[in-house]
Amino acid sequence: MTFVQNLTFFVLAAFVGYEIITKIPTNLHTPLMSGANAISGITLIGSVVVAGSGSTTLATGLGFLAVVMATINVVGGYLVTNSMLDQFRSGDDRRRERGGGD
Amino acid sequence: MVAILGGLPPSVLAFVYLVAGVLFIQGLRDMTHPRTAPRGNLISAAGMALAVGITVLVTDILSPVLLFAGLLVGAAIGVWLAVTVETTEMPQLVGLFNGFGGGASALVAGAELIDMFGAGSFQIGVTATAALAGIIGSVTFWGSLVAAGKLHGVVDDSAVRYDGEQIVKALFLAVALLAGLHLVARPNLLGAVPLAGWVPSYWVLVAAASVLGVLLVMPIGGADMPVVIALLNSYSGLAAATTGFVLDNSVLIIAGTLVGASGLILTVIMCESMNRSLANVFFGGLGEADGDDDGEMADIYEGNITSTSAEEVEMILDVADRVVIVPGYGMAVAQAQHAVAELAELLEGEGVDVEFGIHPVAGRMPGHMNVLLAEADVPYDKLRELEEINPTFSQTDVVIVIGANDVVNPSANTADSGPIAGMPVLNVGEARTVIVNKRSLSPGFSGVPNPLFAQDNTNMLFGDGKETMQELVNLYKENH
Repeated sequence: MTFVQNLTFFVLAAFVGYEIITKIPTNLHTPLMSGANAISGITLIGSVVVAGSGSTTLATGLGFLAVVMATINVVGGYLVTNSMLDQFRSGDDRRRERGGGD
Repeated sequence: MVAILGGLPPSVLAFVYLVAGVLFIQGLRDMTHPRTAPRGNLISAAGMALAVGITVLVTDILSPVLLFAGLLVGAAIGVWLAVTVETTEMPQLVGLFNGFGGGASALVAGAELIDMFGAGSFQIGVTATAALAGIIGSVTFWGSLVAAGKLHGVVDDSAVRYDGEQIVKALFLAVALLAGLHLVARPNLLGAVPLAGWVPSYWVLVAAASVLGVLLVMPIGGADMPVVIALLNSYSGLAAATTGFVLDNSVLIIAGTLVGASGLILTVIMCESMNRSLANVFFGGLGEADGDDDGEMADIYEGNITSTSAEEVEMILDVADRVVIVPGYGMAVAQAQHAVAELAELLEGEGVDVEFGIHPVAGRMPGHMNVLLAEADVPYDKLRELEEINPTFSQTDVVIVIGANDVVNPSANTADSGPIAGMPVLNVGEARTVIVNKRSLSPGFSGVPNPLFAQDNTNMLFGDGKETMQELVNLYKENH
């Protein structure tokens, strides 16, 4: 792919990101940050490519370290976001849980 | 072992990356409502699993054992960190994860350069983007470690300032940029030297950027961390996108850019909520001890402070129809959120209209108060943003401020200059009675005194947040 094609992805993704993220309410900003953070662990793909195809021991070693770090980011990030989001409930949800009560 | 799907045409791989990109976007779209957000997170995770899975299957894996060992170790550490974390430690954990993402980007760029040296040909586009990924990734890694350290209390969280600070930072940035230029212009310069295979100019760049990352965050005080964390979040995304340019990988670019945009938007929101520019947060300095303030503070507070007790507050609450609770970082420190939530529920049980007023920069990360209160089972539809709650204070009987200071300081509306002048604040003083729970009269992060405490309708309820709220809960229970 050419640089310009890559740039096309970059610019379009930036606009899509702006449109969606400005619509996210403030009470979800922490999960958003944590979830976006997990997405940034997409470097894991880069790490996998490099660790896998490394032609020298050094490159493979660096790739391995990168795989470990990126995986921590991805797995930890999604888990934390998930447990955070589980706690967000509305008053209706809570009343329903108590059995239609108060 | 040869790649399992090694024979797959590149267009199939590109197609799967496209699907993963769509899943990331849909995942973020679902984040626009608390009800759909958990699903969004799962969709996003599915996109990640798909992208990583196909990459593992397609890539020529020379050392599958090593690769899977890396995935396993990383996953184990990630699960361990995520499961053992307390809600109050969330900001530093998010910061830490963020740093790992940035660090991985810097390492990947380095490894790719070393590979290219072995192959004997450098492309200028690759060296340039690798230099960028190296700088952004290293700054993110070390900056996030320092930020997480400050939030966790292992690094001094005050604003550390020194003479010539900006010059020192500029110097390290210059070194990193020069090393980057060298990498682009003459990557093979040291071709004959034994260590040339390391591509040394890249590691000079990484070292300089690492020091820069530490220097950038070190001088920033604790209460400005929401901005720092959001900005570093944006950096880690940009680092990933830049790595995508290095590796010619579409999904890296799309996902990284989404994260970059998200972090940047949060950064701007945080800055606007403090009426400060990004440059001011990073280079301006705030919260330095200023000797003159003591005298001024004594003048404002002298003879005007009304101290109250939990018993009195309970009686005031007894006749209230509408109560607004305004939490701040102090609630997080005291871990008082459960007691606060219980009090709110008791009041509601007696027919009192209870809402929470949340300032955007209350706490140490964007949305910090929302997460704490969600953990304590406060329904999210009880939480009101600044613009929503401010017009209602004049019809509110009692406001309970717990552990907040600068975000309820009325002088932000009137002062022409000073650290918080012009900052949007919660106008709690308009309520009939204001109860402020705080341990002492000490100033907030900005260092300016708070005239709210001296107002006629304000009662100070001194004491630890958790103990005081629990006492209040117990008293309220006894009498109802």
